[in-house]
Amino acid sequence: MRDEATFKVKAGLAEMLKGGVIMDVIDQEQARIAEAAGACAVMALERVPSDIRRDGGVARMSDPEMIQSIQEAVTIPVMAKARIGHFAEAQVLEALEVDYIDESEVLTPADEANHIDKWPFKVPFVCGATNLGEALRRIGEGAAMIRSKGEAGTGDIVEAVRHLRTINGEIKRLGGLSEAEIATAAKDHAAPLELVRAVAASGRLPVVMFCAGGIATPADASLVMQLGAEGVFVGSGIFKSADPEARAAAIVEATTHYEVPERVLRASEGLGAAMDSIESRKLEESELLSNRGW
Amino acid sequence: MPPSGAAGDQITVGVLALQGDFEAHGLVLSRLGARVREVRVPADLDGLDGLVLPGGESTTITLGIERERLADPLRAFHASGKPIFGTCAGLIMLDREHLGIIDIRAERNAFGRQVRSFEAPLEIGVDGGPVKAVFIRAPWIAEHGPSVEILAEVEGHGVAAREGAVLVVSFHPELGDDDRVHELFLQSVRDARAAAA
Repeated sequence: MRDEATFKVKAGLAEMLKGGVIMDVIDQEQARIAEAAGACAVMALERVPSDIRRDGGVARMSDPEMIQSIQEAVTIPVMAKARIGHFAEAQVLEALEVDYIDESEVLTPADEANHIDKWPFKVPFVCGATNLGEALRRIGEGAAMIRSKGEAGTGDIVEAVRHLRTINGEIKRLGGLSEAEIATAAKDHAAPLELVRAVAASGRLPVVMFCAGGIATPADASLVMQLGAEGVFVGSGIFKSADPEARAAAIVEATTHYEVPERVLRASEGLGAAMDSIESRKLEESELLSNRGW
Repeated sequence: MPPSGAAGDQITVGVLALQGDFEAHGLVLSRLGARVREVRVPADLDGLDGLVLPGGESTTITLGIERERLADPLRAFHASGKPIFGTCAGLIMLDREHLGIIDIRAERNAFGRQVRSFEAPLEIGVDGGPVKAVFIRAPWIAEHGPSVEILAEVEGHGVAAREGAVLVVSFHPELGDDDRVHELFLQSVRDARAAAA
């Protein structure tokens, strides 16, 4: 009588991550630091986004051995990334029993037309989105969690803010629509009608939405939480900063107390230098990660 | 709106909101007529009639309790006789090895990683038949003292228990539309408040 891997169970794990910080880690030592600082999950990957940018070349799923070593080092959930459309990488990650798969634009896409059909998998998926239509297409394909994309590896929050405001603005505008207008909105968003109807009725996405891409400081975390994110992913922002232990704990604290400026202030003190950053407006079109996927 | 009673009759229930699915608990409690307050610092406990420790990551919540110096205030809240309800990570937080508020030892992630998470009907002694229990990287009760009553088991392991005014379950009644487990808790909150008056 036991039903494993139902959508409720997949989306339910994202509910358990809410109000928390998911940190990119590249080895056991970083994973332990992240866990000890209060991360609610870690993302195991060989190179953080800022290094992927710097190195160039094709970015693929991480070495399974490295992911396994991180699974052995911590008890919090371990996530890992597969390339967009690369369902065979996702199958490998499922065989590894990672807790969540991120079908991620940070890696080089494997399929320029199709995302992974996520329904057959027992492991839940999180996917990036820059607008409501993109979020609902991913959910229609089986994603159990959404993260706004931002522009990974830059330390620049502007794209994350744009994507969050876009998604939440589009949700708000569905609010007053009639049934006929909802059908038109579904067409305009290129999104499944049933999902558009559900969002119009509830005023929210049917799954948890985190924010990713460019978070570098406690105040960044507070900003995106106040804009409606339900938790944050921090990639390069922690382990590319001067004092990862302190910054990791500070971003956790600011995510919990995001509405209390005095607490965000206290969390922001004495952290040393933030990561080296890149202004995302100065990136060439071909250097952008957030326009990967559709 | 609450179904009945003047504001003075309404009970106020806190939900520990350091991390996890505290919002889902708040929605159920509000639906059942309770006033809900999110608890992040010790002062938030003042004047509450009952408290919920939600699901989430127990490591993260443990560190949050340390950072906010909430452990002693939570133990004092329990000592005052007010009901406490813990789900999943909340069950872990209340066990011997954490806050020591219920005489059990929880085994974390006892059913395995996320691919082993599941739903199953579970008889826990509430009217109306089994509840649809959602287990997510769930713990079970590995050991318990003599004053703990085990209310339900899966494969021989305790997944719901009560000791005095403390109720714990290793699944997530806050994630469905079946409010009976929360109703059971709220009844104990109302009873405790009536007894104290």
